[in-house]
Amino acid sequence: MEIISRLLRKIFRLLTLLVAVCIISFMLIQLSPIDPIAAYIGADIMLVGEEQRQKITEYWGLDKSGFEQFVHWAGALVQGDLGTSMIYRMPVMDVIGDKFFASLALMLVAWVLSGIIGFGLGLWAAYKQDSWVDKIIKWYCYTLAATPTFWMGLLLLMVFAVWLNWLPVGMSVPAGVLAENVSVLDRLKHLILPAMTLSIIGVAPIALHTRQKLIDVLSSEYVLFAKARGESGFALIRRHGLRNVAIPAVTLQFASLSELFGGAVLAEQVFSYPGLGQASVEAGLRGDVPLLLGIVIFSTLFVFSGNLLADIFYQLLDPRIRRGRLTE
Amino acid sequence: MKQTQLMKNFNRKSWRSRGSWNKRQTTLLAIIFAVVFLVALLGTALTMPDDGLRSQLELRNMSPTIEHPFGTDWLGRDMFTRTLKGLLLSFGVGMIASISSVVIATTLGIMAGTLGRYVDAVVAWLIDLFLSVPHLLGLILISFVLGGGFKGVVIGVALTHWPSLARVIRAEILQLRSSEYIQVSRQLGKSSWWIATKHMLPHIVPQVLVGFLLMFPHAILHEASITFLGLGLSASEPAIGIILSESMRYLSAGMWWLAIFPGLSLLLMVRMFDVIGENLRLMLEPQHAHK
Repeated sequence: MEIISRLLRKIFRLLTLLVAVCIISFMLIQLSPIDPIAAYIGADIMLVGEEQRQKITEYWGLDKSGFEQFVHWAGALVQGDLGTSMIYRMPVMDVIGDKFFASLALMLVAWVLSGIIGFGLGLWAAYKQDSWVDKIIKWYCYTLAATPTFWMGLLLLMVFAVWLNWLPVGMSVPAGVLAENVSVLDRLKHLILPAMTLSIIGVAPIALHTRQKLIDVLSSEYVLFAKARGESGFALIRRHGLRNVAIPAVTLQFASLSELFGGAVLAEQVFSYPGLGQASVEAGLRGDVPLLLGIVIFSTLFVFSGNLLADIFYQLLDPRIRRGRLTE
Repeated sequence: MKQTQLMKNFNRKSWRSRGSWNKRQTTLLAIIFAVVFLVALLGTALTMPDDGLRSQLELRNMSPTIEHPFGTDWLGRDMFTRTLKGLLLSFGVGMIASISSVVIATTLGIMAGTLGRYVDAVVAWLIDLFLSVPHLLGLILISFVLGGGFKGVVIGVALTHWPSLARVIRAEILQLRSSEYIQVSRQLGKSSWWIATKHMLPHIVPQVLVGFLLMFPHAILHEASITFLGLGLSASEPAIGIILSESMRYLSAGMWWLAIFPGLSLLLMVRMFDVIGENLRLMLEPQHAHK
């Protein structure tokens, strides 16, 4: 019962946040000095006469007040209509759906890989605390945390695509091949480098966090007691540490979707991978307001689902919370 | 509780020669080293003549030499000069943006901790709101709305980086408020203002300082990222993001030095700030300070 009421409260919070994100983003765009008509027409703006301009303004309802425009936009939004993307000339919903699947493949691979490798490294470092293994892992993680994601992408691009020539330089499919002729293998090949970039960068926080947690656990009384009973080595960690450390790690991994999304934007840009990240950069550069607003709202939903899942997993995995003995 | 740890430290101390350094001293040494490095780096960048930024077509596309340690680009500009000037620019943006962000975080954190339940709820909601949009996307949106450029990046970074620090400060204030000496002070009839400035502020200052130093690397990296995407500083500025996004066109031609050195320098600068912030935090934590 308690879990359900907590969930409902969370979802209510999501709704208020979403509404706020919509209102604020819309207001920001309204206040911006960018002329949507000029952005829409682009370089041909000189060819458009005053009369045509007037027509477009009326057609889009730009002559109405900001509030009326918002009501109109929000009304459509509630019905699942985010407007039409100016760049792709398609409904924003379809663009996001398309692009999100490409990004999802990328993010999922990176998420799983960085989670597993990071967790493993963290365990190893804590197990060998203060040894050279620990020092190397720590140094590696701190250095990664200071590395710009896009630079890591450039490095991988140089090594694997330019020097070794093993993998393609960019795009999610080979150039000049029809969409239906693209094989799964091709898609995979184009996925490797961006996914590797994101995984390498994503390892750092989870490894450092896991290491710290396990060190805390290992200095606890119950571990001391276990040692006194003669347990030692990895068996000790597996029996007494793993579960305690895994819960916060899973939570952290789910809560890091915001960083992952940001990383995906950069990695997609470096490898010209046609995902949601690249679409948002395009939308920003070329002034595609409906698409930009759509992606902001969508990414909010994405990040929030991650946080919600983190919360649910926490309650499922931690018996103390599951039984409701620990309340907030 | 921490018996094993204590034993370990004890053992280590006993066999160590007296002349070797303890944790506190190595921490201090790391901070001094990082500060000296940064001062030297930024000092060089500041006093360096702008000559290297001019294009000299006869020196085009040179790989690194003694005169041009980072090589030159396709216009014959010296990459060493461009990189250092770029770091200086990043430093400036990071400075202004993180200071503004710290001011926002401190103000909201203190408000949440002192002005009662409703203000607290509003601030918590605001924090959630800003954390619910991915940093980079928030930056793209704000930068887009402000038309990009220096102003867009600074405001964007300032507005997206405060929530985590605000949370820390709020928690700190709440903890302080329930502590005994503050309660006593209140019973003695001191005003809220007096308590806030005389009792609370001295506790918050180190947190704020460390928060600032740890925020700085993020600010710089996000500035470079948004500039790299083309939504940040303008292409005429010698920014690291610009340099790296330009270098992409020349990588397949094998001009590796265009990307390696500028990125590495940025990494070094960010890492040095991290070292200062991280070690300062350790020194301020009492249980760590005396190891």
